[in-house]
Amino acid sequence: MTRRTSPLFVAAGLVTVLALTGCGQAGQGTTTGEDGRTQLTMWTHSAGNAAELEVYERIISDYNASQDEYEVVHESFPQGAYNDAIVAAAASGDLPCLLDLDGPIMPNWAWAQYLQPLGISSEITDSLLPTAVGKWDGEIYSAGYWDAALSIFARKSVLEGNGIRIPSTDQPWTKDEFDSALATLKDAGYDTPIDIGAEDTGEWWPYAYSPLLQSFGGDLIDRDTMLSADGSLNGDAAVAWGTWFQELFDKGYASNAGTVGNQEFVDDEVALSYTGVWNALASVEAIGDDLLILPPPDFGNGPKIGGGSWQWAISSSCNDAEGARDYLEFSFNDEYITEFADKQIVIPATEAAAQASKYFGDDGVLRPFVELSQKYAVLRPETPAYAVISTTFETAAKNIMSGADVKSTLDQAVTDIDANIASNDGYGFQ
Amino acid sequence: MTVTPPTVAAETPRRALHRLRTSRGRQAWAGWGMIAPAAILLLLFLVIPVILAFTLSFTNARLISPNPPRFVGVDNFIRAFTADPVFVQSIGNTALFALVVVPVQAGLGLALAVLVNRRLRGTTFFRVVFFIPVVTSIVVVSILWKFLYREDGLVNSMIDAVTFGLWSGTDWLNDPSTALGAIIVMSIWQAVGFHMIIWLSGLQTIPEELYEAARMDGASPWRQFTNVTWPGLRPTMVFVLVTITIAALGLFVQIDVMTQGGPQGATSTIVFHAVRKGYEQQEIGYAAAISLIFFVAVLIIALIQRRLTREKD
Repeated sequence: MTRRTSPLFVAAGLVTVLALTGCGQAGQGTTTGEDGRTQLTMWTHSAGNAAELEVYERIISDYNASQDEYEVVHESFPQGAYNDAIVAAAASGDLPCLLDLDGPIMPNWAWAQYLQPLGISSEITDSLLPTAVGKWDGEIYSAGYWDAALSIFARKSVLEGNGIRIPSTDQPWTKDEFDSALATLKDAGYDTPIDIGAEDTGEWWPYAYSPLLQSFGGDLIDRDTMLSADGSLNGDAAVAWGTWFQELFDKGYASNAGTVGNQEFVDDEVALSYTGVWNALASVEAIGDDLLILPPPDFGNGPKIGGGSWQWAISSSCNDAEGARDYLEFSFNDEYITEFADKQIVIPATEAAAQASKYFGDDGVLRPFVELSQKYAVLRPETPAYAVISTTFETAAKNIMSGADVKSTLDQAVTDIDANIASNDGYGFQ
Repeated sequence: MTVTPPTVAAETPRRALHRLRTSRGRQAWAGWGMIAPAAILLLLFLVIPVILAFTLSFTNARLISPNPPRFVGVDNFIRAFTADPVFVQSIGNTALFALVVVPVQAGLGLALAVLVNRRLRGTTFFRVVFFIPVVTSIVVVSILWKFLYREDGLVNSMIDAVTFGLWSGTDWLNDPSTALGAIIVMSIWQAVGFHMIIWLSGLQTIPEELYEAARMDGASPWRQFTNVTWPGLRPTMVFVLVTITIAALGLFVQIDVMTQGGPQGATSTIVFHAVRKGYEQQEIGYAAAISLIFFVAVLIIALIQRRLTREKD
């Protein structure tokens, strides 16, 4: 090569490099490991969650050791970036065989044909909590090892000291009782008597506050048709919820300052905390026998708790669905489910695993959560429109929190949701 | 694969080689070769996305959907202006942000640059101090300021201390009347150092002799500034104005980290709204339409700016 022609070759080289990087990501199909086993790729959202990853690593190494046909290879993403990674991977045809997903997003992905019916033994799915099994269009597409539940944490001494009735699962607080309890606690010197976690953002908002709306008698969407939110999200019940929610902040009962998590309650800066099972053990350890795990108040239609947590699914592009099913069936072992529950402090999805658990068995300190979940759990609407419903509800609830007119805010939310459903030809519901 | 006829195969490279050997041809090839990297990158990351956005904005394409996108004409544009109050609000917010940030940030940057351009001891120290927020990630800055702006945050503690408790601040980011203002203040503070450096480089291109002559003519420092410094800074000014305007119109990260467009849409911007619609709510077609509107708006503003700041001979 002469010196003069070199720019041409450099340019040609660059073009090649660019072309290669452009398509270097394609084709994460079946690959074979060094020992000839078929590799099953698996993605989890658990990067940063050491307790959860530890159990996954144990299951995977147990499974790989038991196998000469398949080998599971996993990769972890931080939760914040996980859904984006899945959508991007799906768009470029790079989905892994096994992936975990947040329960309410499943119908969207199943509808988009990212997922194939789970197809694992019905013996397993039948034994799971109903909220740990994801169904769409009459088929099971996902299943999980655990569920989560929200409750109200309180100190026995504080409630008794202020003459507030301690509610039970059979007799939860009524709306009036709850409101007067908040007023009493405010007078007792708590700056904001309840921490409802309003400083958090994202899926927490529909997860935590739409059950309150449902307890008032409203809902995110008309679940009979799944075609419109009109009347559910802006009816009288929903407006009553919005007004109550706004007053919570107006009257200084709750605030959206503070830190995500349960620290304010542990430090006794707030008297009540509306928070999840995952914060329970730390509170038990800090507060001991004085801690009460109470059902959410009954605003007219019974207490409600959001159901559905992270679950596992098989992608539609998986070439070795048989292997993926084999792995999942292997992993739904009560022993592993117990380990997830005890390490991560989440409600085990099978009764046998609950009984074997340190915390969720009949005498366990966190047993109330199992009952709360069984009695009050409501799934978020199982429709592909959920991605829109969820973000629209979050925006609307935040606007209501900061003082917007309740009725017109909810009307706008309904308009947005309905326009989206219409532009998607009803997402398959017609 | 079939074998290509040997005659053609042998002829083509020979002809190409021939062209390579002539010196004109060599030059042309070298030229193309040197353009290639930039051209390919521009094509890949600028031209193709713009064409895609343009096409998508006339469809109801979704990020995730089994349904094929359908041509919907100008529906998306009509929807943006008539049925999406948050979009209209976002235009207002973005415009207000730019209208405040452009002059204030440019002016403040110039003032700081003149200050640190003095031959005094410790100017390097001040240059570093003013520049630190620029090199700090905007995400980190936003998170820190979110804490500062809280009801029990440092800003309110300071107001409390300075006014001896007479006036207590509000919850800045949660009050629709103060949220955008709070973000404007923070954004100006964050990027002013960058523009200070640009102004500074402009200041240092002005020959010292001009000042010397001005001083000999008895010009006051203000006359020196208006008659020597300012005319000498003209090209710098154009650059600073254009960069601030474009950065201000593209406001996104601060909003995403600090307020998510709230409260009540008071801080929603066009880019934020496009990302929310396109990514969170998966309406790529609609988001593309918003982006296209944004693109046209920026183009018009840039053209106006160019016209206003052009060299008048």
